Amino acid sequence: MHNLTLAELARKLRAKEFSVTELTKALLARIEAAQPKLNAFITVMAESALAQSARAEAALKDGSAGPLTGLPLAHKDIFCTSGVRTSCGSRMLDNFVSPYDATVVEKLNASGMVTLGKTNMDEFAMGSSNETSWYGPVKNPWDLKLVPGGSSGGSAAAVAARVAPIATATDTGGSIRQPASLCGVTGIKPTYGRVSRFGMIAFASSLDQGGLIAQSAEDCAMVLGAMSGFDPRDSTSVDTPVPNYVAELDKPLAGLKIGLIKEFFDKGLDAAVEKCIREALREYEKLGARLVEVKLPALPLSVPTYYVVAPAECSSNLARFDGVRYGYRCQEPKDLMDLYKRSRGEGFGAEVKRRIMTGTYVLSAGYYDAYYLKAQRVRQLINQDFKRAFGEVDVLMGPTAPDVAFGLGAKASDPIQMYLNDIYTIGANLAGVPAMSIPCGFVRDLPVGLQICGPHFGEGKLLNVAHAFQQVTDWHRRIPAAFDREVLS
Amino acid sequence: MSAPISSKEGGWETVIGLEIHAQLSTASKIFSGSATAYGASPNSQANLVDLAYPGVLPVLNQEAVRMAVKFGLAVSATVTERSVFARKNYFYPDLPKGYQISQYELPIVARGHMDIVLDDGSRKRIGITRAHLEEDAGKSLHEGLGKLSGIDLNRAGTPLIEIVSEPDMRSAKEAVAYLKKVHTLVRYLEICDGNMQEGSFRCDANVSVRRIGAEKFGTRAEIKNINSFRFVEKAINYEVARQIDVLEGGGKVVQETRLYDPDKGETRSMRSKEEANDYRYFPDPDLLPVELDAAFIAGVQKTLPELPDQKAARFVATLGLSEYDAGVLTSSKELAAYYEEVAKLLAGGKEPSREQAKLAANWVAGSLAAALNEHNLEITGSRIDAKRFAGLLGRIVDNTISGKIAKDVFEAMWAEGKDADAIIESQGLKQITDTGAIEKAIDEVMAKNPGQLADYRSGKDKLFGFFVGQVMKSTGGKANPAQLNELLKKKLAG
Repeated sequence: MHNLTLAELARKLRAKEFSVTELTKALLARIEAAQPKLNAFITVMAESALAQSARAEAALKDGSAGPLTGLPLAHKDIFCTSGVRTSCGSRMLDNFVSPYDATVVEKLNASGMVTLGKTNMDEFAMGSSNETSWYGPVKNPWDLKLVPGGSSGGSAAAVAARVAPIATATDTGGSIRQPASLCGVTGIKPTYGRVSRFGMIAFASSLDQGGLIAQSAEDCAMVLGAMSGFDPRDSTSVDTPVPNYVAELDKPLAGLKIGLIKEFFDKGLDAAVEKCIREALREYEKLGARLVEVKLPALPLSVPTYYVVAPAECSSNLARFDGVRYGYRCQEPKDLMDLYKRSRGEGFGAEVKRRIMTGTYVLSAGYYDAYYLKAQRVRQLINQDFKRAFGEVDVLMGPTAPDVAFGLGAKASDPIQMYLNDIYTIGANLAGVPAMSIPCGFVRDLPVGLQICGPHFGEGKLLNVAHAFQQVTDWHRRIPAAFDREVLS
Repeated sequence: MSAPISSKEGGWETVIGLEIHAQLSTASKIFSGSATAYGASPNSQANLVDLAYPGVLPVLNQEAVRMAVKFGLAVSATVTERSVFARKNYFYPDLPKGYQISQYELPIVARGHMDIVLDDGSRKRIGITRAHLEEDAGKSLHEGLGKLSGIDLNRAGTPLIEIVSEPDMRSAKEAVAYLKKVHTLVRYLEICDGNMQEGSFRCDANVSVRRIGAEKFGTRAEIKNINSFRFVEKAINYEVARQIDVLEGGGKVVQETRLYDPDKGETRSMRSKEEANDYRYFPDPDLLPVELDAAFIAGVQKTLPELPDQKAARFVATLGLSEYDAGVLTSSKELAAYYEEVAKLLAGGKEPSREQAKLAANWVAGSLAAALNEHNLEITGSRIDAKRFAGLLGRIVDNTISGKIAKDVFEAMWAEGKDADAIIESQGLKQITDTGAIEKAIDEVMAKNPGQLADYRSGKDKLFGFFVGQVMKSTGGKANPAQLNELLKKKLAG
């Protein structure tokens, strides 16, 4: 059953081909077997998963089950889960057991889904390779010497290796789409405000958005509706109705106008990856879509803009981790200053510290206007670029990442090279628009992701467009050979 | 009117601006659902949002917005259509998030003013630069914990408005007058309980001095921890004297934050400008801008009560009170209500006449206010209610007792908690209005003091007072003064 999508699992559970508990046990066994190779999980929640499975079975029996009852998932370890360690990939929160559930967790629990565990991630979601995690890097299931991408590397690797059919993830600058691309799975970052941020540990509040990584667009559509919607506990969540995403999946694409982002097909893009993307675009033409080139002139400024805005917000968001109330506290602090300095110095890793320092700098008196304020103005320009583009086309397409997965350690010492991996994904975060990455082929035996971007609250259209592609291609059904067995050893 | 301070080298002028923090009387905190009640056991009123747990988010309390708007309207300020919350970043254990949510570039209230009355009776307008919403911090506890410090986050997240004045005050007295005025106003508006001891109403003062006639302001010091009207005056006066000393000694005043020590009556340096935090303000991405439409503001306008200045003006215009009495009587909403009730009862439930209004004003602003002050009570804690008080004044009006005796009756009422009539009856204080009885007393006094009588009759008019005193003494002060005067004059004339 490891190769089944969430939609297929749902049908088979209802057809009683296996029970929820059997499914859960099989996946827990796969997680355990894969863990030494992948390191995709920080915490496995076997006991509570089995308890949830038993409840799901009862609900299926008494007719109170919903469409998601009994379906398994994993949560990125950035979402607070009551009574369970929520580490955010950091030593700072290694001892932190959350006293409450994030809204996303609460909603998916209520839908009857079974939580298998918490996935590994870059520390505080800061990274593009999953190498900044306190719990060690996640490996790419397609080649264990390579990175899975980040920051939601654990979620992407878990789905790619089929140890979890679907996982929550978050995306601040590409943290859903880039690992989805590098691991050959489907990821969706919804519109900013679509999914509540309450209980999702903040990195950069104006950019963070929860979403999903799964095998297919259909699987994403099944779960996205259940985790979306206005939350009175998150003032930035938007009070707009949540459509039935599954119902929109099968709309024909005839007449669809696809804009190709000119700035994305530049010299930074690997030639073979570009070829792969262009082939995928031809597939869309066959489905009746029309391609036009679109210019978003401010978009090349998105990386520098992002690396002002995101660190600025993070420097403030991470100030609460001070060793006073919860989390890591240094041994034997001499005084208050020592407590702060050593707790934070020892509790945070190098990349987090780099961003806190950058953010502190750009917000400082005398620099604020030159950096933060200017970045906000550029952000407005990028916003306008997207708005203008969506006046002309239905969706935008381009590569998700400039290249396929790279080697562990290859970029770890060069933050600029690492940051450039998010060059195509950051724009959607700055503009707050929804975007997906779907598998669209292989280069040097490694998966390539096609990025699809839509207007605000255009998730339904994105999923529809992605689903149509997945009906005529099977890239999303490819499984890394080492994990394509029912029982892993 | 400025109060120049003379010194050997010439006059100095004081320049003062106040930053007042008023805790808003909302039931819950500004960004969380925790209760705001004072005095609960440490950390019993701090939820996950107040404790800044990972992942939690602030949600703005609408009631706090309404209260800030109320204040803005009451000081004739601009209530801004769009205000923005910003983060003020600094590390301190009583600040759980590592930043305070405040308003910086775009406050909810801008450009208002408030008039104060100076000693000479003239009015002065004090500008209000802005008032913004923000959250309070928690408290650090240092007592009884040995080498450790404790943190109580019950207060963290309590809504505040910070009211920033223009540097318009020129003496400590003016500063106190302005502070009192704001204190009265927030209580009228029922947006703050005004309790300075519990810290619900506190202020920092920016103080500088300059040569009289100088255009440029001097370097200012910000004085913190001045949490009573008395301390405000003392702290400012101390600081002014200190700055003049520094300047006249050839030194320079440094821009710094100074702490007032009420025990020693002095201010001392807390941190200099160089040591000051760079707060790295930026708009809080967790909160949307506060956008207020005209209908909302108009709705709040309708809830404004009669304001202290309006009430005082009415007392002057329709009741004929002096500006001073009107000011005293409107210093709290409850005192004004008490006064109005006394005056009305005195008038038998009708509109009081000017005489009745004046009598009631003299007594409420006089003896009653003094007694309350002496016992450190608010009018709500008065031991004499309005009905009994009106009863006492009624006995003056109907000549049952004299004003002088009434003071004794008042004392007894305060002490014993009884009606005026009961006290007059039991102590036999009823005024003597029987002409025969008064004449008899006069005769006795004249008989006992033949020398004085002779002197008076030979032209020492001043001795009239002596005879009044003697008769009053012999009647226990109960002789009707007007009657006594008339009869005594006749008798002494012979």
